Amino acid sequence: MKKILFIEDESALQKALGDVLSQEGYKMISALDGKIGMRLAKTENPDLILLDLILPRMLGLDVLKSLKKDSETKWIPVIVLTNREDLEMIEQAMTLGASSYLIKANYSLEELLKKIKQKFQEE
Amino acid sequence: MSLKNIFAQLNIFSQCKQYHLPLWQCPQFLFVVMGLMICFISIGTFTIGTRLVNDPAIVALIVLFTSALFIVIAFLIINSFERLAEANRMKSEFVGIVSHQLRSPLSNLNWALDALMSGKLGLAKEKQIEYLTILRQNTNRMKELISDLIIVSRIQNATLPIKKEMFSLEKEVKTLMDRFQPFADASNVKLEIHSEKQVPLVFGDIKQIKQVIENLLDNAIRYTKGKGTIKIEIKKHGKNVRCEVADNGVGIPKSDQKFIFQKFFRSKNVLRHETQGSGLGLFIAKSIIERSGGKIGFNSTEGKGTVFWFTLPIKS
Repeated sequence: MKKILFIEDESALQKALGDVLSQEGYKMISALDGKIGMRLAKTENPDLILLDLILPRMLGLDVLKSLKKDSETKWIPVIVLTNREDLEMIEQAMTLGASSYLIKANYSLEELLKKIKQKFQEE
Repeated sequence: MSLKNIFAQLNIFSQCKQYHLPLWQCPQFLFVVMGLMICFISIGTFTIGTRLVNDPAIVALIVLFTSALFIVIAFLIINSFERLAEANRMKSEFVGIVSHQLRSPLSNLNWALDALMSGKLGLAKEKQIEYLTILRQNTNRMKELISDLIIVSRIQNATLPIKKEMFSLEKEVKTLMDRFQPFADASNVKLEIHSEKQVPLVFGDIKQIKQVIENLLDNAIRYTKGKGTIKIEIKKHGKNVRCEVADNGVGIPKSDQKFIFQKFFRSKNVLRHETQGSGLGLFIAKSIIERSGGKIGFNSTEGKGTVFWFTLPIKS
């Protein structure tokens, strides 16, 4: 079973995506802030990370930077999932090694699910 | 204050950039212009004064008084301009921040609705689906409005990215017509396209130009009530390609025509027919077309219909 770590401080989003992913046969691990996200990325060894950028305790871009520096986590694909659409942020995230940059408000759960499946097929 | 900061304060161009206004509307630039004007006025007053008055002390007093008066007037004018520019900048910033902030609760609502409507959490009853559909339609309206507000904020802050490439306008229009067909059918409106053979490719940002066509098509269908026809014509026009969207709908009253591209403006007769709409679509369309190096305009007669047209350059 593929494991997906969702680092997102909105618990409503965690719940909605968690329910749909579990129905599709994925295991979702939730982290409500950046630091917990970093810890879970190391201990749980997920196959994919969905990362919000505006997070408590540790910002998403810092999480991404640390993930890509760490030899244990640098291979894990990271999809940035945020509502921030600033060009500067998109460029920074992609330079730091994000696989995709998605705007949450523009994606339905179904479309996100498709993206996740597509990501696993690419590997 | 460091020297660097002092130089930064003296740099009119960088100071003007923060307001995202043309140079002639920028308070700092106007301050310099006013300063030069005061210098000329002082010299002029001195020249005329020495010819008409013999006593140099009185001449000096007149020059001093005139200069002081103009300095006060200039200060008041610049101060008002600066306040206006600052209020305008803050308004744009506010719109940008609020729109971004609204996206988070909207994502929560949308994803919760997705989960409920997916059927993966158990099937909803028919009546429940009806209400869920109402919720979905309204969250979609909010999504579109927020998206438009973000684009407007970016246009005003000059931060809307533009990715130009060559593409077929005809192909994009046809794809969008297919997408709008169900809406047109539901509104009893016929969509027609007439295109010259071998219309050259245009140069622009596909995503943004598609938004312009969407806005024009949506308006044309929305405001063509009863049986109507929307004719789209694409042809080469000098060094540009011209696209026309003609409808036989409600038209725009003459008194409203000069405001039609202003943001948030909605024509009075349109409000009678259709209460929904933000009044941002045509403002966005105009900004996008002009940034792409094209032109946009319209001809309209109230009660008979409207022809919106835009041009896009053929070559980069």
